[in-house]
This record gives sequence, C-alpha cells and structure tokens, in this order.
Amino acid sequence: MYNTTYYAATSLADAAAKIAADGDAKFLSGGQTLLATMKQRLAAPTMLIDLTKLPELKGISVEGDRLVIGAATKHAQVASDATVKGAIPSLAGLAATIGDPAVRNMGTMGGSLANNDPAADYPAAAMALDAIITTSKGEYKATDFFTGIFETALDEDEIIVKISYEIPKKAAYEKFRNPASRYSLCSVFAAEVSGGPRIAVTGSGNEGVFRVPAMEEALTRGWTADAVTSVKIDPETMLSDMHGSAEYRAHLVAVLAGRAVAKAG
Amino acid sequence: MSAQGIGARVARKEDKRFITGAGQYTDDVYERQMSAAVFVRSPHAHAKITSVDTSAALEMPGVIDVILGQDIQDAGIGNLICGWGIQSKDGTPMKMAPYNVMDPAVVRYVGQPVAMVIAETRAEAVDAAEAVVVEYEEQPALTDFGNYAAGPVVHPGTADDNLICDWQLGDEAATDAAFAGAAHVVEMDIRNNRLIPNAMEPRSAVAHYNRAEDHTTLWTTSQNPHVARLVMSAFYNVAPEHKLRVIAPDVGGGFGSKIYIYPEEIAACYAAKRVGRPVKWTADRTEAFMTDAHGRDHITKAKMAFDADHRIVGFKVDTIANLGAYMSLFSSATPTYLYATLLSGQYNIANIYANVKLVYSHTTPVDAYRGAGRPEATYVVERMMETAARQFGLSPVELRRKNFIKDFPHQTPVLMNYDPSDFHGLMDTALKTIDFDGYPARKAESERRGMLRGIGFSSYIEACGIAPSQAVGSLGAGVGLWESAEIRVNPVGTVEVLTGTHSHGQSHETTFAQIVSDRFGVPIDNVSILHGDTDKVQFGMGTYGSRSGPVGGSAIYKALDKVEAKAKALAAHLMEADAGDIEIENGELKVAGTDKKLAWHEVCLAAYTAHNLPEGMEPGLKETSFYDPSNFTFPAGTFICEVEVDPGTGVTRIVNFVAVDDFGIIINPMVVEGQVHGGLAQGIGQALLEGCVYDDEGQLLTASYMDYAMPRADDLPSFGLDHLEIRNPSNPLGVKGCGEAGAIGAPPAVINAITDAIGTNALEMPATPERVWRAIQSTQTAMAAE
Repeated sequence: MYNTTYYAATSLADAAAKIAADGDAKFLSGGQTLLATMKQRLAAPTMLIDLTKLPELKGISVEGDRLVIGAATKHAQVASDATVKGAIPSLAGLAATIGDPAVRNMGTMGGSLANNDPAADYPAAAMALDAIITTSKGEYKATDFFTGIFETALDEDEIIVKISYEIPKKAAYEKFRNPASRYSLCSVFAAEVSGGPRIAVTGSGNEGVFRVPAMEEALTRGWTADAVTSVKIDPETMLSDMHGSAEYRAHLVAVLAGRAVAKAG
Repeated sequence: MSAQGIGARVARKEDKRFITGAGQYTDDVYERQMSAAVFVRSPHAHAKITSVDTSAALEMPGVIDVILGQDIQDAGIGNLICGWGIQSKDGTPMKMAPYNVMDPAVVRYVGQPVAMVIAETRAEAVDAAEAVVVEYEEQPALTDFGNYAAGPVVHPGTADDNLICDWQLGDEAATDAAFAGAAHVVEMDIRNNRLIPNAMEPRSAVAHYNRAEDHTTLWTTSQNPHVARLVMSAFYNVAPEHKLRVIAPDVGGGFGSKIYIYPEEIAACYAAKRVGRPVKWTADRTEAFMTDAHGRDHITKAKMAFDADHRIVGFKVDTIANLGAYMSLFSSATPTYLYATLLSGQYNIANIYANVKLVYSHTTPVDAYRGAGRPEATYVVERMMETAARQFGLSPVELRRKNFIKDFPHQTPVLMNYDPSDFHGLMDTALKTIDFDGYPARKAESERRGMLRGIGFSSYIEACGIAPSQAVGSLGAGVGLWESAEIRVNPVGTVEVLTGTHSHGQSHETTFAQIVSDRFGVPIDNVSILHGDTDKVQFGMGTYGSRSGPVGGSAIYKALDKVEAKAKALAAHLMEADAGDIEIENGELKVAGTDKKLAWHEVCLAAYTAHNLPEGMEPGLKETSFYDPSNFTFPAGTFICEVEVDPGTGVTRIVNFVAVDDFGIIINPMVVEGQVHGGLAQGIGQALLEGCVYDDEGQLLTASYMDYAMPRADDLPSFGLDHLEIRNPSNPLGVKGCGEAGAIGAPPAVINAITDAIGTNALEMPATPERVWRAIQSTQTAMAAE
C-alpha cells in the first residue's frame, strides 16, 4: 500500500469540501473493495475521507410503504436487524450472503452501491425493489443510478446518504456463487412491488446489474416459475470468464429467476 | 505399553501453541540490523532481458542494495539442480537445462525473479522494486504443452523439441501381444489438472551471515532442512556444510512445495553476506501462486485390455507431463518412478507398459504435490475401471473384485512388490459403511426432488514410506532416503527425541512422543521432539512421501531398542538380576517373577551418576539409529463417493463420502483421521474446484483466491472413515503412512460419481458447474440424436 492520509469527515459539507480540495482523495466507507485494491497497489488515493462516522448516513426505519436504510449501515446490521427482517426478509437474507463475517462487519450498503461491482448483491435488490437512492445532491431511481460496470450517476464529490426500498408484496433472492471468489456469478432478485413484478440480475450482465422486462411482463400474467424460465436471455448481453461463459450465464438467469419466483411464493 | 502409547487417541501437544498464536514461523524471526528483501519479477512468460536499470531504485529511501542475476553468477553461486537423474528409452540422459538463481538474460515464466532489492524495511523495498526498470523483448510462450514439439522452444540447445525425457517402464512387446489377444479394449483420454499448492504459510527465508565465523544461518520454510543444506552446499556453492546452518522452525504446511530449494533462499544467503546484514524475504500470496512449484498437469491416453471374462490382461499408458520452465528438485521422479510404478493399482495385471514424455513449457516449475505421481496413476486406473465396468454392463464393484490381488507379497510388472493388505476386505467395509444396499432408495429419493444422484468408487494403492536407499539409488535418486533418530534420555528420565523428519502439520510432537511413551511408560508431556535444525539433528532426509511414520518412526523405534537394552542392562546390574529377566511396565523396570523394581527415572539417574555401572558400560543414556527401509510401504483403501447433481445449474454436492483405509498399525487414530480429512479435502478440491489456468501468452489467470477455487468447509461433507489395521511386515512399527492417501484416492471417486449421475464418461477436472452442465447437455443432445 502506498502512503495515504486518513481523515474522518464530520459532516457531508466537510466531506465534500475535503474531496474538492484534493482531486486524488477518495471517500472511504467500509473499505472492503478500496482497501484491498490499495493493498494491491492498484489504487493510490492521497487521502481517505471516512464517511462512516456521519450521523446522516445511519439508521434503519420504515416510512410508509418503504424501508429506509442509512448508507453507512453495515451488511451485518442489515442481515440481523429486526426492522429489516420484518419488512423485507429477502433483503436481510441477501446481506447475510455477502462475503464473510469480517466483510459483513465492515462493508456498507452505500459503499457497495457506489462501487457498483458487477458481481455485487445490493444492486439487484435496489433494482427489484424500486429503490430511491438519496445523495448529498439529490435523489435517483435505481434504474437511473447504475450506469455501467463500476459506474454510477454519482459525481466524484457526491455521497450516498440513504437508500429507500419499497416493501414488496413478495420477494426472494437466488444467489449463485463464483466457486472461487464466492461473489455472485449470477444472482436474481424477484419481487412484486406496486409497479408490478420485478426481476433483477447481478453478476452476469456485461453492463452490470439489469432488469429483465420480458420476464416481468410474463409474470404479470401469473406469478409462476414457468413464466420466467421459458424466457431466453441473449448471451451477447452476458459477461464471460473462466468461471462461466456467456451461454452458461444466460442459461443460469432463466433457471435462477424461476427459482427466485418459486421461492418468493 | 502405556495409556498414551501406540494406538491412543491423545490430543495433539502442538495445538495449544498453534491455536493461541504462539507458533514461531520463519517470518517471526527478527535479527538485529535485519533488512528486507523484495524481488522484481517477470511480468512475461517468455522474454529476453535487454536491460536492467537500478539507478533510480538505488536512490530510493532506505535502499541498501539491488542485486542482479549476474552478481550471483559472478559470485560462483551455482545453478539449481534436479536431483534425480532418469534416462530416455534410447538410453540418453534427461535434458536438464541451466536453472539460474536469477537468469540475467531470459525469463521463462511469469514471476521468475529478475532482481532483488534490499532495503531497511519491506515497504521501502517494495517501493524501490517498482523503480527498477527492466526492459524486455517479449517472445512467444509455450503453454499448450500437449503440442510441445511445435514450440516455441523453452531451452534452445538443451531441448530443441522441448522434450526433457522420453521415458518408459514395462514390457511394450508383451503388452502389445496381450492387447492383440484381448476380448475387450477400453480407451480413455484423461487429463490431470494442474494445481497450485497453497500452503497456509507462504515461503520465507531469513539469512544471517556471521563474518567472524564465516558462517551462514538460514531460517527457511523447508520440509527438509538437511537436504537443503546439503544441496546448497554441494551443488550451489552457498557455503560448505559445516559453515551453513539451516533451521526450519514451525512451518505452516508444505504439501511438497517446501521440499525444493528455491532461488529466493539462495539469493538471501548471498545477499546477507554481500550487504553484511541479516536479510528477510517473505512471499506474499501472489508470489506464492506464481512461484511455489505447482503440481500434477498430465495429459494421458490410456487403454486397458480384458479377456472374455473381464480380467485385465494388459494396460498401456501414454502420458505427457508438464514440468514447467525448469526442472525442479524432484520433478523427474514424480511423473515417472512415483507414477508409472503404481499403474497396477489393486489389480492383477500381467502386462503394463507406460511411456511418459516429460516436457518444458513457459510456466512455473512443476514438482511433487501431495501424493506426487500416485494421484495421477490412481486417477487413470480408477477412471478406467469404472468406465470399463459401465461399458461391460457390470457393477464397478464386481469388476474390481474380479481383478483384485489376493495373494501377497505381489510383484507387479512395474517394479513394485506389494506387502500384504486385504482389498476385498477394504471394499466390504466401505460398502457397509456407506450403506450400499440403501443406495437405490437414496437415488430414488433424490430423483423425486429433481436431482441426479450418482455413486463412484476408487480403490487406490500407493507407495510411500519413501524409501529404500539402494532401490531409489538404482533408479537415479541423488540421495539415500533412510532416516535418523537420536534418543537423549535426561538424568531425570525425561526424553528428547531428535528426528531428521520435519513436522509442518503432521503432529510429530505427539505421535513420536507416543512411540516413546509406549516403550518406557513415560507420559508424552515428558517427551520433547526436536527437529528442523541442522545444528541440533545431525542429519535427516525430511518429510514428504508419507515417510515420517514408516521411516522416521522406525528410526526412533530402533534407537529405542538400544536405549531399552542399555537401561535393562543397568537395571539388572543394580538389582543383581539377569538383563533378560527385566521387564518394563508402567514406568518401572522390574525383575520378572519378583517384587524387585526400579523406577524409570532411578535407572536414568544411575546412568548419569555412573557410580555403579556394569563392567565396561559407558555413562549416559543416549542412542542413535539410522534406519533404511527394506521396501516402500503400500497403504490402500476403497473410497466411495455419492453426489447429487443439480441438472439446472450443474452444481455438484457431495452428499456422502466414505474412506476405508489400510494404514497398517495406527499410532494415533485422531491424527490419522485428521490427515485423511485434509487429504480428502485436497482430493475433492482437485476434482471439483481447483484448476490452475494459464492463457496463451503464459499469463497465470488463477493468481489469487478470486479465481483459484480452494475447497471450503461447506464444500465438503462429514466424512465416514474406517480402517483395517493390517500390520506392515516391512518395518518394526508395522505402519504404512497416511499423509497422502486422501488426496490420492479421492479425485476418481468424485468424478466417477458425477459421471454416474449424469450418464457420460467424458468429464474433466475440476468438474465446475459449467463443465457438468455442458456434459449434461451433451448427453441430452446424444440421446435426442438416437
């Protein structure tokens, strides 16, 4: 790791001012990607601006038909919090599948969404649960927020404050792990929200997390596994690597979507 | 005999140290004025080094020196060697190319060291290593070693067709004749996947040069410190043996990869002398992936001939073995004498012929890895047996039973002379343990849940307890493979055992103490095992090839014989009895048939006070033995694996795994079970998860745990283990060795089970979900076509 400076931000404005003053500074949340990248000497920020102490980024609450989670909330909290488990058990279950206990006790929801790793889990939940992502500058619908692999609508100095998920009528997450890294190779979040059925896929899309309109459309005619398993996914839109070819991933999307739909009941 | 003696399930003495973080590993060694070394490594699989500019690095903060390959050559430090000479079938010797510590001109695999940076701290050395400017002229790389002759050439002038050795074993003409008269011939193409060892502790070296004594001390992660000292002294010219002390303290796993002497520790010794300060180098995990000797990597064509009654009449095997860019220390033996000699498996086969082509490629050197040759042989034999049974419409159990060896000793056509075991008995016990009769019901239950269930067998035999010195010498080994032991009984009756074996997870501190406790009745806490230091132990050959128990334990046993004889003679003298009447029981030396007795510690003290010794007896109680085994040992077993395959995703789950082994006499059942568990985890890892992948340019794609799949606890079932304890007549302890069996026997059991479940024989390791899914698709396509 190259030398760097640690700074604990005291407010959103303070954090924004610090990063404005130093173009090579980086926001730090749980650090479960950034610190590993720095240890590999693949990133060399001059300063790490820690956001996890900011009170605005904390808290879990139900507001109307939505579950609102502070961006600095750690995966382990999401996995075990009674409010989350009561409102959206599939989201708590998803959080429990991320990484290992050490990762879950450091990594945060905001950090995961801002990083938008194509194999991360939360982006699938955000897409399927019509999440609204509130930042230091405004609000985004999840569908507008994720713009490509490791890319989001965030500006360099923009901070995710909280994420609000619609509490679905039913939902389930079916995760298929890369056998080596145990990240998602292909995982599907199926939900029924007020806007209709949602199928969101992570780990497989060559532009990152994506929804499958054909499956959602099929589910409007009846919530059955068969409705989605017959939908063909174009391998041209899939990632391909030594752990799973595009063809295999395209096949998995249909299989896992069917299982997620069945699991949601 | 004692409560903590041979056969007792006592807890490991070393565990408290390890699980409380008190282990002392090489990286825990801190010397005054110690500096840190970091290597600049090749990013290319094959390139000419056109220039190296160290000027910027030398100006960096804390930098003490930058050492290049030419410096090491100029100092007269010799090339690394392969210590086992073999010949091609035409009689020509293997083509061993120069293996520089740091080749100044050419790099031949990704990760090959090019320069060594010495700095005050590791962080400074890492920074400076980035500032060393190496210019390379990239060359095409050979990774597709099955087409080795097509080039590019790894070592021009030495092996222009990349063929190191075209080796053979067995009678080809007789085997061909057997095939000509056979009723059935079964053929298979079999690939044994390349593995990366992944010891928990990365390799490390600390070198200290004492100018006053002209003496070097090297702490290093070695499975065999005496062999390291011998080779570094006799062949590499690092220092003469009496001026070089090698210490291998606690070592966190080896699996073969820490047998070899690597460039880094040689460079560390040179650097310590050059800069006049102790030097520490510790690999990071990426370096471990790139530079620890890899394992396996065979391409094989095999065919087996049967008579009309399905008895094997001939077996012919053609294998290409990838040795990587350089010949590592035992790389020539692993795919030859440790492989083809086991191709008879547990079966009566009159005619066997094997041809092995050892080839170079632009990849990390390949050498012995847990099992070393025997897993590759077992995989070929046991996949052939299962496939043959399917083709004949026979039960795989029946086909094996029809061909099992029943009479011992049994001389195979491929050198080995098997000591007694009971292959039918091992199969019987395995079938019972897994409840084979209940399998159809379990399969039906899986099918009701939409899952494909399969069962697979593996009846392995291996040769370990390596090995009779005269035998291995006649086959080309550069060393003898005996073992030494020294028993030092202290005046108060506590015992120190010095062994030439080395424990890097094998539990020697417990099991060797049990051998002593068994003999004298002393508690194991009163016995210390000393190993891993050439200044303490006079000589020894180290630990690999499951040799510590059969060879190292037998040396201890023989030394204990001498101690016992002297102690009895002294006790007899003190009690005015005949030595032949002295019995040792519960820590006392008794005169048989009387109430006369002396406590063990009283006799020990008497040996040291020496006030009243028999005529001619020297004071003290210390004995040494050098034990050379009379044969290899032959552990054998039957493993049965049951899997459930998810046809939707291709995911395989092992739902049942039984291993029934014959390890001879068992010193500590808990330790043996632990060894079997670890071996099975590695074998299952090879079958389902682990596979080293290079791209066409020779880049290592599986260079981290993000891409190299190690087995985790939840990948494994709870194992069902049992043993047949058939005494080995070839050593005094009656033991056979258990360290590698799991890794040897497991892969074919797993693959046979999956292929049974999905209905095709064509499946390569690792059987990843995608590979299994594709195999299922191919069977469905084939069925649709019929």
